[in-house]
Amino acid sequence: MRRILLSLAVLALAGAGGYWWLTRPAPLPDAALAGIEGDAERGERVFWAAGCAGCHAAEEAEGDAFLVLAGGRRFPSPFGTFVAPNISPDDDHGIGGWSRAEFASAVMRGVGPQGTHYFPAFPYTSYARAEPRDIADLWAFMRTLPASDRPNEAHDVGFPFGIRRNLGLWKTLFLREGWVIEGPLSEQAARGRYLVEALGHCAECHTPRNAMGGLDTDRWLTGAPNPAGDGRVPDITPSELGWSADEIADYLSSGFTPEFDVAGGAMGEVIDSLANLPEADLAAIAAYLTALPE
Amino acid sequence: MKIRLSTLALAAATLTLGAALPAAAQDADSAVEARQSAMTLMAFNIGPLVGMARGDIEYDAELAQAAADSLVHVSMIDHGRFWVEGTHIENRDDTEALPAIWEDPEDFASKLADLRDAAGAMQEVAGDGLAALQGELRNLGGSCGACHDNYRVSDD
Repeated sequence: MRRILLSLAVLALAGAGGYWWLTRPAPLPDAALAGIEGDAERGERVFWAAGCAGCHAAEEAEGDAFLVLAGGRRFPSPFGTFVAPNISPDDDHGIGGWSRAEFASAVMRGVGPQGTHYFPAFPYTSYARAEPRDIADLWAFMRTLPASDRPNEAHDVGFPFGIRRNLGLWKTLFLREGWVIEGPLSEQAARGRYLVEALGHCAECHTPRNAMGGLDTDRWLTGAPNPAGDGRVPDITPSELGWSADEIADYLSSGFTPEFDVAGGAMGEVIDSLANLPEADLAAIAAYLTALPE
Repeated sequence: MKIRLSTLALAAATLTLGAALPAAAQDADSAVEARQSAMTLMAFNIGPLVGMARGDIEYDAELAQAAADSLVHVSMIDHGRFWVEGTHIENRDDTEALPAIWEDPEDFASKLADLRDAAGAMQEVAGDGLAALQGELRNLGGSCGACHDNYRVSDD
């Protein structure tokens, strides 16, 4: 009897240890950005491509206010409501006290400076594909933005999704480096792939998710329910969208569809960022989208 | 006698209701159709302005002015009868209007006022050359998008 109990205890310990091991946060190695000097000017382009302000600026912020990354916007989802944190350079309430390595780990691995997992409402599964150089540039640019002393608010995420430690398992399943579309691409479409699959994190809304909230890459960019509740995020594969590359690029800079309708909702806010990119980048996104498999 | 009176009242009420219901439904149907037509007219007149701004068609001061004038006219249409209570996506499948329109009518009205201002600003400059037109287009598109943001279902 004692032996059985002992065996059970050992098994339980092993289980707990296994859980601990499988769910441990895995920050980006410090060496990842070593020797790279960040360039704030280049970082601005990364900033617009990555759409940081779309979530981290205050709702309906425009102009200079769009550069104040005070957080506070609420994002309802089937798993709970997430509140965007303050990522302005404020020392107390923002990320002013962070090191560059901590920033890179947060963006590319979803691991915070205290070693906690971030919820994947923050699209680090896309940013994981970013070039370390771009993240160094982004950090340099974000240091130049205005600070805000708005205090952070807690997310409203219920059991069991609120247990951050479990996100370690989630990441084991869904945090993947490497491209989703692997086929041979033109140089322009490959740049587009980088902008869509990494920085632009388009798939986070345009690709359906499985029951655990992981992206179903077999149905890449084929549209999904709107996490905020109403309507659907559209299918943007070529046969469904049916727009030419020029029409896509024009839409991403102006918000006007080929029928002269105007983007609204989340996409309107995405365009507020994308419209600041050089035309060549928007054309690259269009080249990638029109090259997607049917 | 008592019974007959209440029966009569019921019959009268039924009659009134019976007459009122189809009329209300018809009002709602035509309101949805009319407001969508107004949107179509908007898009039809924004078309040439966007086309010129993008360089798809050559800048033509007269055409630009005419389109901008029409936009102003369409933006001036009274919206009082467009937004029949309850004609939103939760009750009908022929509309993309969100219930938020009726939850915050003041903000909704202010977005409409912004559209009128933006259309007016475009009217001022549309005939003054391509650069002037391009300068106002983002503001105009923004005024459309600002309303779509909160009051139309997300599908684009």
